[in-house]
Amino acid sequence: MAVADSHDTHDDHHDLYDHGEFIAHHFDSAEQQFDSGKLGIWLFLVTEVLFFSGLFVAYTLYRTNHPEVFEQAHVFLNKYLGGLNTIVLLFSSLTMALGVRAAQLGRNKNCSVYILITMVCATMFLGVKAVEYSHKWDMGILVRSAFNLTYTHPTPTTEIGKALHISDYLVYLCIVPALLLAGFLAASVISKLINKAMLAKFMVAMAITVSGYFLGVVVGVIFMSATDAETGSSHASVIAEQPLMLMASTQDEHDEGDHDEGDHDKAAADPNHEGDHADHEEHFGSHPADGGEASFDAHHPDPSTLSRDVGIFFSIYYCMTGLHAIHIIGGIIALAWLYWRSLLGHWRTDYFGPVDYVGLYWHLVDLIWIYLFPLLYLID
Amino acid sequence: MSEHHDDLPAFCHPVSTKLLFGVFFGLIGLTVLTVATSALGTGLGMPPAFAFPLAMVIATMKAFLVCAFFMHMYWDKSFNVLAFLSSLLFVTLFIGMTMMDTGEYQPTIEAFDINNLANVEVSE
Repeated sequence: MAVADSHDTHDDHHDLYDHGEFIAHHFDSAEQQFDSGKLGIWLFLVTEVLFFSGLFVAYTLYRTNHPEVFEQAHVFLNKYLGGLNTIVLLFSSLTMALGVRAAQLGRNKNCSVYILITMVCATMFLGVKAVEYSHKWDMGILVRSAFNLTYTHPTPTTEIGKALHISDYLVYLCIVPALLLAGFLAASVISKLINKAMLAKFMVAMAITVSGYFLGVVVGVIFMSATDAETGSSHASVIAEQPLMLMASTQDEHDEGDHDEGDHDKAAADPNHEGDHADHEEHFGSHPADGGEASFDAHHPDPSTLSRDVGIFFSIYYCMTGLHAIHIIGGIIALAWLYWRSLLGHWRTDYFGPVDYVGLYWHLVDLIWIYLFPLLYLID
Repeated sequence: MSEHHDDLPAFCHPVSTKLLFGVFFGLIGLTVLTVATSALGTGLGMPPAFAFPLAMVIATMKAFLVCAFFMHMYWDKSFNVLAFLSSLLFVTLFIGMTMMDTGEYQPTIEAFDINNLANVEVSE
């Protein structure tokens, strides 16, 4: 966004047009500047849609050709947790829209509050996502090349993980937010000490934003343990059935392409051992950890179709949700900039473009999630 | 719909808070509906084949609400709306053309699989 110097040097224009503080000199009017920016952001959103469409193509292609994989894989996603995240994101869209309205009316203080709530929702979304990701990584549900489904939850080795009974991966995913939180708190104290009141306020707001992430982690952990029984995304009883279901439906598929991947033989069931279902169930029931896995391994030198296919579903899942999460992070940075400008009181009835444009971007991120949620979580 | 303030410039259309909250609760309702139909749908006698189209219809209704009101498309210049919606045309082309071509290498893949499978069985 081009910002003109506050002292307009084009005196000849002054008679004809009312150039506000932020109306760039190459625009005739505030309206022309606003419309140009708006067209620009819409064109950017077009490129964003096309950017994501590549992943939607991958999804469509794979789901059309291998519908059974999606049937098998979606049970590992907790649809209630996904639903919770959808609502968090929708709420952030509401506060964003309210923030745009506040900016349009020149109410800078209201705008800053709405933007802060939007940022907190955004980080909360990421916190819930971190719980989901770490839960899957614990079970060995990774992208296709690293997919190694064991259903086990390794006992935490980090001190924090042990103390709180949470996954090591979740602890690792909290390191950067924890550093950011400490950094923003320190920055706010320093700003206070050097009498930069507005900067201190901004840093406190950033600290609140980052705490939203930890709120999301806490909510996610509680929500996941509460809904696990229903969705069966981690309970051993339901999981024990999964390999059987997967085997049954992949019996006649021999479209395994890669035989050079060492991780297959560990991962899952042999399509050729139909008669051993009872055995497998027993193994899984009594030895949820390595014992069951080892007996599977012994039975199955042939890499399983299942592990490859389910792994590709999760490759698609991680790419789509990961790219979406990167957009959320980008959105938070843009929102932080808006927050700062709200504190400075920049918005007026004829100058609110940046809030409107970032708002459009934020709604697009929401829009993409609106489609990702049923496509990934609600397969039945 | 959008409030009328005489003192606002022509390009400034603040949307009433009432409408924004209405849209929000509509979106929440649709989210609950889509989760509920997914969780209970087949139990209530809904044919499984309906699940996916229904989820997509609900998602599109949500997308419509977000676009029209949160993104101000309802009040926006029609050229902007056209520009954005044209991207959907290209997405459709992208997916459609790719789908038409998915069978192209299927015989090669099948031949490869048969060879590989044969090798595995021999090696055992």
